[in-house]
Amino acid sequence: MPPSGCCSLRDAIIAEKLTKYYGDFLAVDHISFRVRRGEIYGFLGPNGAGKTTTVRMLCGLTRISEGKAYIYGYDINRELVAVKKLIGVVQDISNLYMELSCYDNLMFCAEMYGVPRNKRKERVMDLLRFFGLEDRKHVKFKELSKGLKRRLAIAAALVHEPKLLFLDEPTIGLDVKSKRQIWSFIRKLNEEGITIFLTTHNIYEAFRLCNRIAIINRGKIIAEGTPTELRKKVSGNKIIELQVSPPIKKSAIFDSVDGIIDVKVGRDNTVYITIDDTIAALEGILRMVKKLNLEIIMLNLRGADAEDVFIKLIDRTEKNIGFSTER
Amino acid sequence: MIDMFRFEDIIKAFYIAKKDIKEYYLKPPTISWGIVFPVAFTLAFILRGGHHTQEIIPGLIALALFFGTTSMAAASIVFERKIGSFERLLLFPVSYTGIALGKTLSSFMFGMVSLFATLVVVLPFILNVPAYSFFLVAVLILSALMFSAFGVFISFLIRDPTNTMMIFNSIRLPMIFLCGVFIPVSSLPLPLRLIAFLLPLTYSVEATKFAINGNYDVIPPIESILSMLIITILLILLTSIKIRRIIP
Repeated sequence: MPPSGCCSLRDAIIAEKLTKYYGDFLAVDHISFRVRRGEIYGFLGPNGAGKTTTVRMLCGLTRISEGKAYIYGYDINRELVAVKKLIGVVQDISNLYMELSCYDNLMFCAEMYGVPRNKRKERVMDLLRFFGLEDRKHVKFKELSKGLKRRLAIAAALVHEPKLLFLDEPTIGLDVKSKRQIWSFIRKLNEEGITIFLTTHNIYEAFRLCNRIAIINRGKIIAEGTPTELRKKVSGNKIIELQVSPPIKKSAIFDSVDGIIDVKVGRDNTVYITIDDTIAALEGILRMVKKLNLEIIMLNLRGADAEDVFIKLIDRTEKNIGFSTER
Repeated sequence: MIDMFRFEDIIKAFYIAKKDIKEYYLKPPTISWGIVFPVAFTLAFILRGGHHTQEIIPGLIALALFFGTTSMAAASIVFERKIGSFERLLLFPVSYTGIALGKTLSSFMFGMVSLFATLVVVLPFILNVPAYSFFLVAVLILSALMFSAFGVFISFLIRDPTNTMMIFNSIRLPMIFLCGVFIPVSSLPLPLRLIAFLLPLTYSVEATKFAINGNYDVIPPIESILSMLIITILLILLTSIKIRRIIP
């Protein structure tokens, strides 16, 4: 059945003033965004920002209080079954069936998504191979490690070859190795043409994986763009990382240097100097190093990193309502 | 969110039932409350029944079926809602009525297993009795469906899984005394008799009595069958509404 709603051929998701109230509490506050087909779109925000609620609204697990949303042109409120056939969802908990084996879990999902009988087994085996679970196909879900559970949960969401995959905090609670494996799977899936909507509170994950990112805080989108565009939004300031011998203990020695906004001394004696005038600050710092007869071990000039961008943008909105975030 | 029941949902309901069978049939609460307990009390009443045995067997069969089906519903639904895997069903392209039917079918199938265990115990006492064996089969199948739908509906009303068996037993145990299992409904005071007519077990006991002993107490067999059919459909529809309301 063709979609009834508005849709450009470019968009996988259109959200228009999407809003969710839980009683009097406003969890998602009239947010609008578009996810293009074929991209990895990140939804980045602190805990409780409204990320999961947004995903739940987009896949029909939570009612939309106000606003509209379309998935590949299908209206979520009116054509939910059609939407469900197009999407795969990996929730923030690994909630497959404990007593069923990996193979049986995927077979059940294939049956429920209406994968044709003659293709089910082949599809399930392909997924088990892709996610490195072939030798564990008879192992019960409850006996898998956290990382393997996440892999199987992603496999289960892909069994019907969805066009759009929702990943809600896919690497939460995983060790570094499992995290990297999941990231690699996400990239491969995207290369195969699947649009990915990723929610995370992990800044590096979002900046590493996503083509575009929306930063959400207190139910509102506070910034949106490519990782480069987001960095530019706070690009006024750069950071100099400096290590000298003997180490500097007090930040006050740079007080007289021009172009410096802030100085912090880290635990490893690295000095982090936030600057707004690169030439003036560098000249002043080198002059001070020479004057104090210090030996430079490391000097690094860098732009704002993902964490700086995130903290800054969050802080801007928090300050408006009387909160502040400390780095 | 519109819920439209389609033919393919019947097939999906069978897949849900098949999954539940693999997942829950060997769970301790299902076995203990669904098979061991009904078989044990049936055996106990038969051994102590004396010349009343023949009269109470229909009620015992219906009661065993009631415990078997409702225990399975409780185990599968309440557990799945507790650990979050019930939400997976809501992500599949299947109607809420399809989910309600699937859960009812899995309880129904377990009820059949439980019934078989009970019949093994009571068979020697009814071997030379059933004049209406086809009717008996129809009554037992319909009873199992109705009790399953009842168990599924109650399971969706329970919010705290730790209270599951307490709530189920506080509903099931009074029914033993109100639905004609041991005390004929006709001998109950009027207010209790009115309550009995609202309880699904009453219709099953009455119809089973007719199928095995050739007589009934207050409800004619056709009326019992029709009532069971209506109650079953009504409960499945109410469950689908309840599932829709679970979505926040």
